[in-house]
Amino acid sequence: MTVVEEPTSAPEIGRDRRRKEDQRLITGRTKWTDNIVLPGMLHMAMVRSPFAHATITNIDLTDAKAAPNVVAVYSGADLDESAGVLINAWPITPDQVTPAHPPIPTDRVTFAGEIVAVIVARTAAEARDAAELVDVDYDELPAAVDLKEAAADKVLAHPDLGTNKSALWVFDSAAAGTGSDVEDAIAKARTDGVVVEREFRQQRLIPAFMEPRSVVVDPSGEQLTMWTASQVPHIVRFALAATTGVPESKIRVIAPDVGGGFGGKLQVTPEEWIAWWVARQVHRPVKYTETRSESLMAAHHGRDQWQKLTLSAEKDGTVTGFKVELTADLGSYISLVGGGVPVLGAFMFNSIYKFPAYHFACQTVLTNKAWTDAYRGAGRPEATFGIERMMDELAVETGIEPMELRQKNWITHDEFPFTTVAGLEYDSGNYEAATEEAMANFGYDELRAEQKQRRESGDTVQLGIGISTFTEMCGLAPSRVLGSLDYGAGGWEHASVRMMATGTVEVITGATAHGQGHATAFSQIVSDRLGVPFEDVQVLAGDTAISSKGMDTYGSRSLVVGGEALVKAVDKVIEKAKPVAAHLLEASIDDISFKGGTFSVAGTDQGMTIQEIALATFAAHNLPDGMEPSLDADATFDPVNFNYPHGTHLCAMEVDTETGQVTMRKYTCVDDIGTVINPLIVEGQVHGGLAQGIAQALFEEAVHDEAGTLVSGSFVDYLVPTAADLINFDVSHRSTPALTNTLGTKGVGEAGTIASTPAVVNAVIDAVRHLGVADIQMPCTPERVWKAIQSAGAGGAEPTTADAMPHFDPAEGAEQ
Amino acid sequence: MTKINLTVDGATVSDDVEPRMLLVQYLRESLGKTGTVIGCDTSNCGACTVHLNGRSVKSCNVLAVQADGAEVTTIEGLAQENGDLHQVQESFHQCHGLQCGFCTPGMIMQSVDLLNENPNPSEQEIRLGLEGNLCRCTGYQNIVKAVQHAASANASEGDAS
Repeated sequence: MTVVEEPTSAPEIGRDRRRKEDQRLITGRTKWTDNIVLPGMLHMAMVRSPFAHATITNIDLTDAKAAPNVVAVYSGADLDESAGVLINAWPITPDQVTPAHPPIPTDRVTFAGEIVAVIVARTAAEARDAAELVDVDYDELPAAVDLKEAAADKVLAHPDLGTNKSALWVFDSAAAGTGSDVEDAIAKARTDGVVVEREFRQQRLIPAFMEPRSVVVDPSGEQLTMWTASQVPHIVRFALAATTGVPESKIRVIAPDVGGGFGGKLQVTPEEWIAWWVARQVHRPVKYTETRSESLMAAHHGRDQWQKLTLSAEKDGTVTGFKVELTADLGSYISLVGGGVPVLGAFMFNSIYKFPAYHFACQTVLTNKAWTDAYRGAGRPEATFGIERMMDELAVETGIEPMELRQKNWITHDEFPFTTVAGLEYDSGNYEAATEEAMANFGYDELRAEQKQRRESGDTVQLGIGISTFTEMCGLAPSRVLGSLDYGAGGWEHASVRMMATGTVEVITGATAHGQGHATAFSQIVSDRLGVPFEDVQVLAGDTAISSKGMDTYGSRSLVVGGEALVKAVDKVIEKAKPVAAHLLEASIDDISFKGGTFSVAGTDQGMTIQEIALATFAAHNLPDGMEPSLDADATFDPVNFNYPHGTHLCAMEVDTETGQVTMRKYTCVDDIGTVINPLIVEGQVHGGLAQGIAQALFEEAVHDEAGTLVSGSFVDYLVPTAADLINFDVSHRSTPALTNTLGTKGVGEAGTIASTPAVVNAVIDAVRHLGVADIQMPCTPERVWKAIQSAGAGGAEPTTADAMPHFDPAEGAEQ
Repeated sequence: MTKINLTVDGATVSDDVEPRMLLVQYLRESLGKTGTVIGCDTSNCGACTVHLNGRSVKSCNVLAVQADGAEVTTIEGLAQENGDLHQVQESFHQCHGLQCGFCTPGMIMQSVDLLNENPNPSEQEIRLGLEGNLCRCTGYQNIVKAVQHAASANASEGDAS
C-alpha cells in the first residue's frame, strides 16, 4: 500500500503531444505493404484494357506464359467461384440496378483500366515484361462517358442491364413529416418572393493518396494472411469470407503502415481479390503493387455530380424552401459504398439554415468509367458546396450582404438541440460566436473596404471574398440509422484495454489509422482516464488477429466512436479494479474513490495505484471470492446520433482580370469540433483538409476524352497541389462539447475539405461579379476565369479540354 | 548486367544490375533499404528523393548504373550513428510536419538539401524549394514550419559554437 500523492502533471486531453508514430516515419523504418518480402514470394502484374467499353474476342496468353520466370498467367476465363465477387455493401434502393462485378471480366471490359489478365512471375520486372506479351483482341463498343447523356440512356454502359439508371433516392420533408412541401414554397416565391435556380458541376476527383496500393497474400499457415494498404482490414476480411468461400476464422487481414487514404482506400478491390485467388492457385505468397498510373486510373474516383438546385426565399432573404436534384456518376460498377455517397449529402443541403421545406432526389447513373466512392467528405462537400454557392447567389438576387443573409437564416445557439427539416437532431453549436471570431481574425471589414476601393478604381487585380458557414454529419454512424438506409453493416466501434502485470497498458482499437495519429491521441485519452503515464500506453490496431473486432476508419468516426468505445472499456477496467482495491485495502467498496490512477479510502491517506492492483490481480494470491483474475475489459460502442462539428470559413482571392490568374490572399477558419484531444493533430487534419478542398476549387479534375480514356492519368496532368500552390492558413478552434459522447468530441478529419471548396469559389466569383460573371465551373483555372470575364455571364462552363495536347486540324481551323 | 560499386549510407556495396534498373529500385529491392519509397511514375512526387554526392536527386530519375562510384545518402543514413536525429528530422517531429509519413523521407531529404543551399530561407523560398515534393496529408503548412524551425535551430547552434 502506498500513501496517496497529489497528481502533479497537467491533463493529457488538450495537450499538444508530439506523436508516438513519428519515430519510425522520420527515419525510414516505416512498414509499408510493398516492403514485405516473404520466402518464395511471387510478383503479379496486371494487363489492363485500354478501351472504356469493348468485347474481349480473344486473349492469347502463350507468349506471356513462355516468358522467363513466369509461373502462371490467368485471364477471366480461368477464375472459378472461389475468386468471389466485389460487393456493393449499400444498395440505396430495393430496386437498385447493380452490375455483377467479377475480379476479372470474361467477355466485356467496362472501363479503361479494367484488368483482363494477370501475370505471376519471380520478380516484379519479369511480371511486367511478360504482361506486354499478352495479346488481347478487343471489339470496341460505344462507351457511355458523358454523365448527362448516360442518364438519358443514349449509350448503355451495360447493354444487358437495359439502362444506365441505377437508383433514384428521394427524401421529401412533407412526405417524411419533417417539414412542409417544397413545391408550394417555390410556387409562392415565384410570385411573392425570390426563386434562385442554378446548375453546378461537382467534377470528378481522384483521392491520390501518396502510397500506391499494394497487397500481399500468404496462403500458407492455419490462417490465410492478406496484407493490404487499406483503411478497412476488418471490412475486407468480412467481404472475403462472404464471397470467396474461405471461412472468416481462417482469414487474417493486416493493414500495416498505410500511406494515406482519404476514403480512397475504403474499398474492396479487384486487385485484392485477384491476389487472394492467385495465392491459393500457386500455393505461394504473392505481391502486387500498383504504379501511380494504374492508381489514378483504377483506384476509385470521387465526387462527379450534376446539381440542379432551386432555392426559394422571401424578399427579405428568409429562406422558405430548397429543392435538390442530383445526377451522380457511379462509374461502371457500384463499389463498396459508392451508390450511397450522394445519399450521405442528402441530409446536409439544408445545412445550418432553418429551411421549412426540403426535397432531395438523386439519380445514380452507370457509365464506362472507373467506379466512384468515398473521397474526403463523401457527399457532404457536394452538399455544402451546393448550399453555400446558393446562399451567395441569393445574396446577389436580394441585394443583402452575404454574411447578414446567412446570419438571418441560421439556427441560433440557444435553439439547440435542433431538429432540422432533413430530420437530423443537431445537438450543440454556436454559429454566431464562430463567425464573429472568424470575421475578426480575417479582417472582414477591412478586406471589404479594399474590395470596394479596387472596384471603384477599376484595378486590373480585383479582390473577392468568399464565405462558407457549414456543419457536417460525421462520426459514422448510428447502426439503426444505417439499417434504415439499407446500408449493409453497422457503425459501432470496439476497444479492448489490457492491464499488463508489470504496469503498462495495451489498448486495442478497431479503428485503422492511415496518418491520423490514433496511437498518440488514444494514449492521451487512456492516460488521463486511467491515470497511467502517456508513455506506458501502447495502442495496437490494423491486424484482425490482434484487433479482432472493428469497423475501421472513415467518415470522421475514429475519435467520436472509437474514442468513446475506449473510454467505456477504461471505465470497465476501473470498475473491475475497485473491489480488488477495497479487498486489499480492507475497506468498504463505498469508501473507495479513484483519481489520478490511484484508489484511495475516504478519510484516510491509504491507497493503491492501478498498476499495483494489476500486479496483484496477475498474482491472484488474494482476490475477493469468486472474482476472475483479470482487470481486462472490452467495449463496443454504437453511437446514438451523428456528430455535428461546424465552422465559419473565409477566403480572400485576388483575380487578375487580364490573365484569369487567381491568387489566394488569405484563408481564415474557426471550427467548433467539440473537445480537442490534441490541438496539433487537429490543426494538421484541418490543414490537409483545406488543401484538398482548395484543390477541388482551383486545380484538380479527372478528365476523360470522348473515348472514355482518362487523360489526366499522371501527376503531370492531375494537379495535386504543391507547397508553392498554397499559403499558410489561419486556423482557430472553439469547443462547444458534443452531447452524445463522454469526451464531447465531434470529429474533424473531413471538415476542412467540406467547408473550403465553396469559400474559394465564392471568393473567385465575388471578385468579378461586378463584371457580369454569374458562375465559374470548378476547377477555376485561369482559362475558365478569363473566359468567364470575357463572355461575362456565360459562366466559363466549357468542359475541360480533354486532350493533353490539343490537336490542330488545318481543315477545321483553331483547336478542337 | 553491369557491375556497380558505390557507397550507400556509409557502407560500400557492389552489385550486378540491369542497366534499366532505377536507383530507387536498387535501393529498395537489392539493398533492402525500404526507407526510400516510390510514389509516382513521372518524377513529379519526390517521395524517392535521396542525396547523390551531396545533392538531392529523385532516385526514380537516376539509373542505378549512373550511381556507380558515387556516394548515396538515404533517409536511413541521415541520423547519427549513435541514434541522434538530424536536426531536420527532429524539427519535422516537433512541428507535426508529417501524418501518414509516405512523403516524409523524400520531404526530409529535400529539406536538408534546401537548407544546405540556403540556410535562412523565407517562407516563399521554402515553398518553392519543396515544389517537387508532393504531400497529400499535411497541406504543407507544418512542413514549412519544420524547415523554418530547423533553420532557426541551426542558426542558434552556429551562434553557440
